[in-house]
Amino acid sequence: MPSWVKSLLVGVVLIALLYMMNAMMSSGGFFGIGVDDYQGRLLVFIAINIILATSLNLINGFTGQFSIGHAGFMAVGAYSSAYFTVTYGKAIEASFGFLGETVASSVVLLIAVLIGAIVAAIAGLIVGIPSLRLKGDYLAIVTLGFAEIIRIVILNIDAVGGATGYQVPGYANFLWVGIFAVITVVVVHNIVKSDAGRALVSIREDELAAEAMGVNTTRYKVTAFAIGSAFAGVAGVLFAHYNKFLSTNDFQFIKSFEIIIMIVIGGMGSMTGAILGAIIVTLLPELLRQLPDIQFGATTFKFADLRLVIFALILILTMILRPQGILGTREFGLNWLKRPRKADEGTSAVGADAGVPISQEREAKRLAEEDKD
Amino acid sequence: MDTFVQQLINGLTIGSIYALIALGYTMVYGILRLINFAHGDIYMVGAYAGFILATSLGFAANPSAFGFVVTLVGAMAIAAGIGMAIERFAYRPVRKFSKMTTLITAIGMSLLIEYLFVFIFSGTPRSFPQLITNDNYTLFGNATISTSQILIFVVSILLMILLQYIIFYTKIGKAMRAVSFNLNSAKLMGINTNFVIAFTFALGSALAAAGGVLTAQYNPKIEPLMGIITGLKAFVAAVLGGIGNIPGAVLGGLLIGAAETLVVGYGSAIGIPSTYRDAVAFAILILVLLVRPAGLLGSNVQEKV
Repeated sequence: MPSWVKSLLVGVVLIALLYMMNAMMSSGGFFGIGVDDYQGRLLVFIAINIILATSLNLINGFTGQFSIGHAGFMAVGAYSSAYFTVTYGKAIEASFGFLGETVASSVVLLIAVLIGAIVAAIAGLIVGIPSLRLKGDYLAIVTLGFAEIIRIVILNIDAVGGATGYQVPGYANFLWVGIFAVITVVVVHNIVKSDAGRALVSIREDELAAEAMGVNTTRYKVTAFAIGSAFAGVAGVLFAHYNKFLSTNDFQFIKSFEIIIMIVIGGMGSMTGAILGAIIVTLLPELLRQLPDIQFGATTFKFADLRLVIFALILILTMILRPQGILGTREFGLNWLKRPRKADEGTSAVGADAGVPISQEREAKRLAEEDKD
Repeated sequence: MDTFVQQLINGLTIGSIYALIALGYTMVYGILRLINFAHGDIYMVGAYAGFILATSLGFAANPSAFGFVVTLVGAMAIAAGIGMAIERFAYRPVRKFSKMTTLITAIGMSLLIEYLFVFIFSGTPRSFPQLITNDNYTLFGNATISTSQILIFVVSILLMILLQYIIFYTKIGKAMRAVSFNLNSAKLMGINTNFVIAFTFALGSALAAAGGVLTAQYNPKIEPLMGIITGLKAFVAAVLGGIGNIPGAVLGGLLIGAAETLVVGYGSAIGIPSTYRDAVAFAILILVLLVRPAGLLGSNVQEKV
């Protein structure tokens, strides 16, 4: 089977699957099988978080640039596109009205996504060009600072609601969010597997060595940052048009931390790890909400109120027990089903089994051995 | 002119608190290269510890200077213990792992403390009892300074002198400097690095708790999430001054405190509304880091190949 046929088949199956799930969320359900609004909402947020985690993974996991301000770019995408749909949405919908309501609203959403992605990419360039000269913790705090400045600037723009929040028409549904989640995963996967992706990983492993090998590190870093920001913008667009209401409180730095938590819990530098992390971080607090009350004499002890404490404890314990994340840099897939092939000696990549750059891993091993003495 | 002096006094008051918290960030970073995101929450824990001490020991009913000192020292001791516990049970196991892992552990610790306190004390703000009579004194014409502001200046200067003494004139201070210079070499020289690190956390946490109690005297509203923004700004102050550098943390804290109040006071005249107050710290930081990548007083370390 030629590879393009395979890709086409996978694409058709995925879209059919998303369409089915979307139908399940509608009031009629899919042939009588339906999920309720709450579960549907969670699925949409999982998909949005997959976009965010995957795009941040490109910057943090693969390029090794310590960015902790991803929510800022999400906010840029959300607000710029929301301003567009609020101002021009109705007019565009009317002019495409002859194609039917569904197509017209889809056209508006696609233009909104494009605008959100472009504006967020420009914001990523503006932030990235000066700050990517910094390294490590300094880069981290500067990206966090930029995200916070973006949020406060938006808070002060009255045209997008300022502190009272912003009503946005709801053009997005699960089908679109799912499609864009798949697109994000495919694009990031292809970038990472391309020549450019090798360059990015080389920057993560050792920036000086990469530069010595002729990799234009600044260009690659800024490009990765802008692409990551663009997808964060897409996530913002979808969030805005699904949630139908925007408030700058949704983009506080705790949101950026949440995205970082997703990729670290899943395993930095693993595509499937980021997806897994996004699912866990979205679902875990909701699952903990179901915890039962326990009666201690006269007082009821509400475990559900402790859900964020338990979440934090699980986070810390995961880091202590599995510092490289659940998957490390490995990918979760169906490869283990295939017949095992005997690999030649020395074909496995150095440092492939841990979510840390080789240099750090070596340092850690050295320290661990020293500690035994 | 009078309002300028007034703004400056208010700014330096907040700046002193930022400086006290920034010292903890900078010491821990200097030794472990760890951004201790839970440090801002220790400031909140200090304020609550002071609140509990002051109400349970009865100082709230009859305020006295003695009561204030007991509350302050008690809160510092409690916070020091909590700081050491955090280091022992959360940070020590992940110390050897990558930066991301330690960072996430710190964020997790911060969430844990915040929501544990929300669970115990509920999210509604409490009013911290006034332990000293708050008088206003007039300075330079119209500017006024309150007793609690004077207290903030005096106590923070005393604590900074004490810290300077500990770091430069005691054995443990020498060990701290050695560990921050090179942890492994310090270990080879027979320094008990685990103890030094625990001591650093205790010292930093005690300073943050002092900041918490002093702030609560100045502005009596305390709530479990009060440490987030203050902690973040203090961290920015530490980076601004050059992280790992102790005078830098103080300088950064005072600068950010002053800049913040000046923007609130005068920003509208040059087109910056006072709502930009929280963005000022970050804007200054970004501008400074672009010119001096290691902060104001930090030394730029060249990467060795």
